[in-house]
Amino acid sequence: MTTSKPISIQSMLLSRRDLEFVLYELLHVDTLTTRPRYADHTRETFDAAIDVTAKIAEEQFATHNKKIDQNEPTFDGKRVMIIPEVKAALDAYCSAGLMAAAHDYELGGMQLPYVVTQACFAHINAANIATAAYPLLTTANANLINAWGSEEQKATYLPHLLSGRFFGTMCLTETQAGSSLADTRTRAEPQPDGGYRLYGSKMWISAGEHELSENIVHLVLAKIPGSPPGVKGISLFIAPKYLVHPDGSLGERNDISLAGLNHKMGYRGTVNTVLNFGEKGGAIASLVGKPNAGLAYMFHMMNEARIGVGLGAVMLGYTGYLHALDYARKRPQGRPASGKDPLQPQIPIVGHADVRRMLLAQKAYVEGGLALGLYCALLVDEQRTAESQDARREAGLLLDVLTPIAKAWPSQWCLEANSLAIQVHGGYGYSREYNVEQFYRDNRLNPIHEGTNGIQAIDLLGRKVGMEGGAALQVLERAIAHSARQARACPSPELQRFGEQLTAAFARVTEVTQKYQAARDRAYAQTALANAHVFLEMAGHVTVAWIWLRQALVAETRLARVESPDADFYRGKLQACRYFFRWELPKTEHWHRLLNEPDSTCEDMQDEWF
Amino acid sequence: MKVLVPVKRVVDYNVKVRVKADGTGVETANVKMSMNPFDEIALEEAVRLKEAGKATEIIAVSCGVQASQETLRTALAIGADRAVLVQTDAELQPLAVAKLLCAVAKKENPTIVLMGKQAIDDDCNQTGQMFAALMGWAQGTFASKVIVDGDKVSVTREIDGGLETVSLKLPAAITVDLRLNEPRYVTLPNIMKAKKKPLEVLAPDALGVDITPRIATLKVEEPPKRKAGVKVPDAKTLVEKLKNEAKVIQ
Ligand SMILES: Cc1cc2nc3c(=O)[nH]c(=O)nc-3n(C[C@H](O)[C@H](O)[C@H](O)COP(=O)(O)OP(=O)(O)OC[C@H]3O[C@@H](n4cnc5c(N)ncnc54)[C@H](O)[C@@H]3O)c2cc1C
Ligand SMILES: Cc1cc2nc3c(=O)[nH]c(=O)nc-3n(C[C@H](O)[C@H](O)[C@H](O)COP(=O)(O)OP(=O)(O)OC[C@H]3O[C@@H](n4cnc5c(N)ncnc54)[C@H](O)[C@@H]3O)c2cc1C
Repeated sequence: MTTSKPISIQSMLLSRRDLEFVLYELLHVDTLTTRPRYADHTRETFDAAIDVTAKIAEEQFATHNKKIDQNEPTFDGKRVMIIPEVKAALDAYCSAGLMAAAHDYELGGMQLPYVVTQACFAHINAANIATAAYPLLTTANANLINAWGSEEQKATYLPHLLSGRFFGTMCLTETQAGSSLADTRTRAEPQPDGGYRLYGSKMWISAGEHELSENIVHLVLAKIPGSPPGVKGISLFIAPKYLVHPDGSLGERNDISLAGLNHKMGYRGTVNTVLNFGEKGGAIASLVGKPNAGLAYMFHMMNEARIGVGLGAVMLGYTGYLHALDYARKRPQGRPASGKDPLQPQIPIVGHADVRRMLLAQKAYVEGGLALGLYCALLVDEQRTAESQDARREAGLLLDVLTPIAKAWPSQWCLEANSLAIQVHGGYGYSREYNVEQFYRDNRLNPIHEGTNGIQAIDLLGRKVGMEGGAALQVLERAIAHSARQARACPSPELQRFGEQLTAAFARVTEVTQKYQAARDRAYAQTALANAHVFLEMAGHVTVAWIWLRQALVAETRLARVESPDADFYRGKLQACRYFFRWELPKTEHWHRLLNEPDSTCEDMQDEWF
Repeated sequence: MKVLVPVKRVVDYNVKVRVKADGTGVETANVKMSMNPFDEIALEEAVRLKEAGKATEIIAVSCGVQASQETLRTALAIGADRAVLVQTDAELQPLAVAKLLCAVAKKENPTIVLMGKQAIDDDCNQTGQMFAALMGWAQGTFASKVIVDGDKVSVTREIDGGLETVSLKLPAAITVDLRLNEPRYVTLPNIMKAKKKPLEVLAPDALGVDITPRIATLKVEEPPKRKAGVKVPDAKTLVEKLKNEAKVIQ
């Protein structure tokens, strides 16, 4: 007789229990179903979408994660070769309708709230971040065209991007223009027919050339001759790999050629390209929206893109944590510190307090990061669909100030979680036979792309906290004060204390911000800005402490009402909150000192002294 | 031609099941549940029959608690046209399920009942056979290939030592094995469409079926932990140990 399906172990991608806690117990995402756009939905339809994505992630994406890492795409001078598992996974993803998940029913979409699409995509990210990059980029590309494209551009590209027949890219970076997009050189020459031709070279373009889809739609930043210097003179163009006829069929190949591939530390499955535009007469392109507004259009989508990168970093940290936890429960090594009797069997390393330290730190970083990322994703929905204009405006302001944190904090601390996952594995973690070293290498990209963390820091201190007279920071302050009040009113003396600590920590953020604002153009501002990264870390840790306190407040109430084993889940939440307030939040006191004086050690360091 | 597909809500195959502390069963609180994988294969086959123009209507049936409606919604999203839930909180054993399915089949008059060969929770592998016997229908179990041709269906069965093909007169009951097909993924638009498809809820009493369990569960316990292995000096000792200690050879 044949046997039944193999019984595999609990998901190593993410904890469904935790995801449901964040979505429904913390964020009450099911209340979105009262909004007209989501009126057809219920928690069941949200869960069904998450179920199918989780299944595709487990069965199609996770299964080739290691193989694509060990067999990266190659270029023989003519074609890019990618192992077939990548296309199979992406076909399954597209056929299930996931590319269009957030879009209108008329476009074949499911009109899912953004936060639910992110909960779905979290599984894909955890399973295989490199293959996940193709739909991530295509979705971003489609959203941009949907928001700013002409009716004709939308008709030409949108249905095919949403069905997965075409994939998309984002072509911003050039060798001399990475963080500094002001130095973009790619040129767009107007043509008599109203179109444009592009000339130039783009560096680091993910998914720039492949045969995973029938066509590739490049969104390209370029300058029209005579436009103002700097970022004010950048325009956005659509340039497809193959020209598209009005009936959707493909025409000639455009003048866009692959100059070569970049060979990366991680994300190896995402083919990364140097693209040359216009070597043979000019790449045919059409302008999106108005000239010189390209960067503004990009920025409009920036919040979502950056939250997406942050969640990618979270999920690599999350799967690493689950791997470390599983390993620690199975690896026998050493004996209890209390009685080291060599005749007794070894204990699993989870029995050692130092290993639990590393696991608890990972838990605090990744579960904190997930809740932060999904909260920001919910703000995107609020900004779009909240009932009152005030509520929409507040959500927008909160998003503006939280976005640099939602991108940078996970890419720093969930990367640290990946490092700890290796440490828990001991020597085995350092070997390629295990999975955790790959998670670390993959995650090492996230502090670099989509605006380096250094650039996020300058954005936060230099722009966001002071924008609209500090309005964004005030909204955050009110939100944090609300949670602190809840904490003070709750029966747990410990959470009451955490509420007070959070208020004090946020006051330190405000203090630095106010000093910075008041001191504009003076020495203080310059030195504080030189230490912007410390400010980003401080604001990030305070924000995540807030997110942890909110989780703990829910857990505290629920714990009073449930029985084991769910009680253990809530106890775990409370312990992670405790860890964050006792071990992590105090770091902000030191960071505050560096900013408050401010300390100029780094700024004063001279090149010659190195 | 109507096809009836029974689907069972079970603990998801990814979940590592835990025995309840009091030994009355396995822990199902806060455990992820999903459609029995073999039933998914049966449903996929039914949908393919419909796509091939052979079946006209697919009815998914589940017997069990109210939450089985979720499993039925999944069935509707995969391609069933409507669903029936025989709702009860009582323990259901294979014979009771077979009788309930008979009652539903007599109401619905399907030509084929396609079902999983077993459920991955209790691994009974009995319901399909009991159902066919109670109906007085032909049965083809452990199907790895199903070809409907006029008033007959040819079923290739996975048996010890190979494959056997039987030809059954319709109506018939078919239980499916793992290699019959590769079930499709639910699509997002179909999740929304499934919401609008009819789902009827019936009570066992209304069907006139006595579902009282005939078998009592005395105790459920974890399988014994695997013991550490030993090294043997030579092949002779190994054979001896296999014979006398493990008793796996004679
Ligand atoms: C794997 C990968 C995939 C990528 N995919 C894409 C893609 O699909 N499309 C695309 O357009 N780009 C892509 N990029 C490019 C990415 O966005 C850039 O690498 C990033 O913007 C940084 O630019 P750079 O590499 O030129 O570094 P630089 O800008 O040279 O930065 C080097 C260092 O200097 C710091 N620095 C630079 N300027 C300042 C400043 N003014 N103040 C303080 N510090 C500063 C940075 O923080 C950084 O630490 C990708 C990159 C990688 C590695
Ligand atoms: C590249 C490489 C080269 C190497 N070269 C050599 C070599 O040349 N010769 C050689 O002999 N060995 C070598 N090693 C082995 C190396 O010394 C071991 O990997 C190391 O001692 C850790 O042991 P482990 O890998 O078994 O991890 P484990 O001992 O299983 O440790 C796993 C985790 O549990 C923690 N842990 C374990 N026990 C306790 C405890 N009692 N209390 C608290 N925490 C505990 C550890 O700190 C670690 O975080 C090498 C390893 C690597 C990766």
